[in-house]
Amino acid sequence: MNLDELYQEVILDHYKRPRGAGLREPFEGESHQVNPTCGDEITLRVHVDGDRVADVSYDNVGCSISKASASVMYELVKDAKVDDALARMAEFTELMNSRGQAEGDEETLEDAVAFAGVSKYPMRVKCALLGWMAFKDALVRASATGAGRQ
Amino acid sequence: MEAASKLDVEAIRADFPILQRKIGGRPLAYLDSAATSQKPVQVVEAMRRFTDHSNANISRSVHTLGAEATEAYEGARAKVAAFIGAPSPDEVVFTKNSTESINLVAYAFQNATIDPAADPRFKLGPGDEVVVTEMEHHANLIPWQQLCLRTGATLKWIGITDAGRLDVESVDDVITERCKVVSFVHVANLLGTVNPTSQITARAREVGALVGLDASQSVPHIPVDVTELGVDFIAFTSHKMLGPTGIGALWAKAEILDAMPPFLTGGSMIETVSMERTTFAKAPAKFEAGTPPIAEAVGFAAAVDYLDELGMENVRAHEKEYVSYMLERLETVDGLQIVGPRVPIGRGATVSFTLEDVHPHDVGQVLDAEGIAVRVGHHCAKPTCVRFGVNATTRASGYVYNTHEEIDRLVDALGQVRKVFR
Repeated sequence: MNLDELYQEVILDHYKRPRGAGLREPFEGESHQVNPTCGDEITLRVHVDGDRVADVSYDNVGCSISKASASVMYELVKDAKVDDALARMAEFTELMNSRGQAEGDEETLEDAVAFAGVSKYPMRVKCALLGWMAFKDALVRASATGAGRQ
Repeated sequence: MEAASKLDVEAIRADFPILQRKIGGRPLAYLDSAATSQKPVQVVEAMRRFTDHSNANISRSVHTLGAEATEAYEGARAKVAAFIGAPSPDEVVFTKNSTESINLVAYAFQNATIDPAADPRFKLGPGDEVVVTEMEHHANLIPWQQLCLRTGATLKWIGITDAGRLDVESVDDVITERCKVVSFVHVANLLGTVNPTSQITARAREVGALVGLDASQSVPHIPVDVTELGVDFIAFTSHKMLGPTGIGALWAKAEILDAMPPFLTGGSMIETVSMERTTFAKAPAKFEAGTPPIAEAVGFAAAVDYLDELGMENVRAHEKEYVSYMLERLETVDGLQIVGPRVPIGRGATVSFTLEDVHPHDVGQVLDAEGIAVRVGHHCAKPTCVRFGVNATTRASGYVYNTHEEIDRLVDALGQVRKVFR
């Protein structure tokens, strides 16, 4: 097993210097997700303004993969259109389910392509997806309160 | 190197083909026996021989295979009973695992509570108390917690000291006259602590409560004699003691088993049946509804034979020496903090630790790349994690086939972990 493939520089960088961390106001949807096998947790808020994701803020504990993934996600979805953010999520989820067969499109996924190696480690895929699960759930909650997509 | 060990570890290793495996080009160092142990060829061969030669259902066929299968199954029960010093094989109930064994007892309480004719010792209601400890595996916490929620009884627990020992000073306060049952862990799966039992069992007797042990991590590693322990029931499982998965055991005093309503009902556990009513068979059959894991029982017995051959006193001596080495070497790793007793006294060869703020998942991943298998996470003991203010730990656990060299490799690899995440 090639560890460098899993723990790419860019992943370690996001892990050590997470972007957009901390919980902020305002927000319309909040989600709390846990990974019961390892105890990783994330609380994530979304602030939707019209058709855009105006902010994503989060507080999490977890391994390098789950923390780095939340940080990379923040960069991908903040200020993106809600539809585009959901498309990125679908693309990232597909990459994670590729069992090492996909490389990911750097044009759209940017730093998230560094997680391609994670897809070879089935035990770690959940870690990489935890933040995205929280994002999706928070968006649903936000739209339930009337914010977000009209 | 294994000077103080009473076991010929190299000879033992030759019985475990999986230990020859390479992981990522490196020899496997299996330090996860507290999760599940590996199985020697003797166990696998016994199961194969039974399956190839004698397989049939038990207790219902008059043909030769049926008789052989019944004999093998009941012979396994007798072996397991003798292994734990049970006065009679009929006091051993085969279950799926320790979790089912404990649920069997908890559900006996629940079923008795709603049966007017049941033994009052098993009836629970508001005002009654059930006692566990803060260092339980979820298997010996959640069945009791849920039982209390359903019956209105109160769940209480004995706390843990900073050193990772049970707070025995609180025992008299926690176990009161209201207590109906005390169920506590013999050897803790996260902390590695071997709990002294006499004070708790004495107090339980004093207040008239039943008392039992989750012996999942003790029966595989130290000599256990149920008569000496003076408890009413113990739960343990085959797969942590060199046997197959799918079978575990509940031992309980004959008189207790007689008084307990069955948990699962159906085939094989009856005396007479009409459309309206059923009378139950005597224990252990009363608690073994349905076709049991027969080949697994044969494997379980072969595992017991294997451990008997090694001698449980020798196994204990080996592990005592082993954990001394583990603790000594692990303490040399910068930033490593042991969660649990730091001295090799009153503890098993299971050591949990944190490594600075590197998440155990990451620790486990780097170790795996070196061929070292450890367990990471909360080890089904979340309240213990909370008690020590950690989300998860890395846990290395040794058994009869582990060598000092494997600990040396672990220590070296932990140095690697720090480099990656610095």
